[in-house]
Amino acid sequence: MSDWLSPSEIEAVLLSLKVAFWATIVSLPFGIAVGFVLARYEFPGKQLLNGLVHLPLILPPVVTGFILLKLFGTQGPIGSVLQELGIVIAFSWTGAALAAAIMAFPLMVRAIRLSFEAVDARLEETARSLGANRAQVFCMISLPLALPGVVTGSILAFAKAIGEFGATITFVSNIPGETRTLPSAVYSFMQIPGGEESAYRLVILAVIVSMTALLLSEWLAKRVKTVVEGQ
Amino acid sequence: MSLSVDFKLSLPDFELKVAFDAPSGITALSGHSGAGKTTLINVLAGLATPDYGHIETDGRVLFSSALKINLKPEQRHIGYIFQDARLFPHLTVLQNLKCGRWFRRLPMNPSTIEEIVTLLGIDHVLSRRPSQLSGGEKQRVAIGRALLSEPEVILADEPLSSLDSDRKKEILPYFEMLRDQMNIPIVYVSHDADEVTRLATTHFELTHGKILSEKSNP
Repeated sequence: MSDWLSPSEIEAVLLSLKVAFWATIVSLPFGIAVGFVLARYEFPGKQLLNGLVHLPLILPPVVTGFILLKLFGTQGPIGSVLQELGIVIAFSWTGAALAAAIMAFPLMVRAIRLSFEAVDARLEETARSLGANRAQVFCMISLPLALPGVVTGSILAFAKAIGEFGATITFVSNIPGETRTLPSAVYSFMQIPGGEESAYRLVILAVIVSMTALLLSEWLAKRVKTVVEGQ
Repeated sequence: MSLSVDFKLSLPDFELKVAFDAPSGITALSGHSGAGKTTLINVLAGLATPDYGHIETDGRVLFSSALKINLKPEQRHIGYIFQDARLFPHLTVLQNLKCGRWFRRLPMNPSTIEEIVTLLGIDHVLSRRPSQLSGGEKQRVAIGRALLSEPEVILADEPLSSLDSDRKKEILPYFEMLRDQMNIPIVYVSHDADEVTRLATTHFELTHGKILSEKSNP
């Protein structure tokens, strides 16, 4: 691989993988919680929550990046508090992970929500008649049965996080080695004379990574479904 | 043991107002579809809440509008056997059988489990998944699962109606055994006259949300 890709290209690819990995892992518990709540409960403000979750899908990414910068920048209401605690997110790879997580969250929640909705609510009632409290029903019945959707949602979110560009470059800029992810690197190579070739290589890689993630999520979801349903 | 029931539940297009006692043995509830049979046992199970009334088993109040008591389904110790067995598809038969004990933190005595398994003749399917069972086997596992959760009352909602007549003959004796050997009330919903005649110790007919008649079986 080192013959084919230059060090700076490898750096961008590895950074993208790191950012996407952490974005997916850290947002997964929230994705499961929000997906479950949206699938199973009626409450005032449900549409507001649903709208907020989906907002990054509809807003121009640059707007999401701008909002993140205003909130999490060192002058922002959240960023200044974090800075007191010694955590700086703006212009660092953790900020890139945050931006990627927020942009990927709608995809993750949508897949998880649909799979919770597909779980037969009568099985949950049955578990309660057998003495399960709500937490036990969730851990033993709802979550295992929704696992195929959780897997799909995570892989889609991972693929989306690898490709995130607009919000990331707005929020954390395009710093080599820190926030220059794969898409940012493609953008940079396009701006410099003679960078076309590098851009092409990264484009091909991006296509391969995204396709693999999509195929893998389909295959894994099917596998998990088979195991869960015991066919 | 006995279960005493007296409540009223109003739904937009339907009103259910019943009062009856279910002693140990099988109390059959029959009636046409839409008479409110399933709604009635959902109320007993805690899956639906009546407007007012009182439900108790031997001094343990499950629901009382006067005392403002409404136990959650998991606190009622009521075993529910459904028309479709509703086994958990991701668990093996043995895990399905054990889960009620696990939820209630009851001791996992191998001998208790073995006794029920032998009684229901399901020892050869313990490691299978529900999708690999026949209809009759599924229903036997469902009965075993309810029994192992050590219920104080058993509710059965048309437990045989999705089975063909051979499978019915396979399951009926198990309900007779429950009736004769377990000292707990079993509320058994069915529209099948033969089933009711064969099983019931007490028999009520439900029409338009009201109990019309108590019929005594020999």
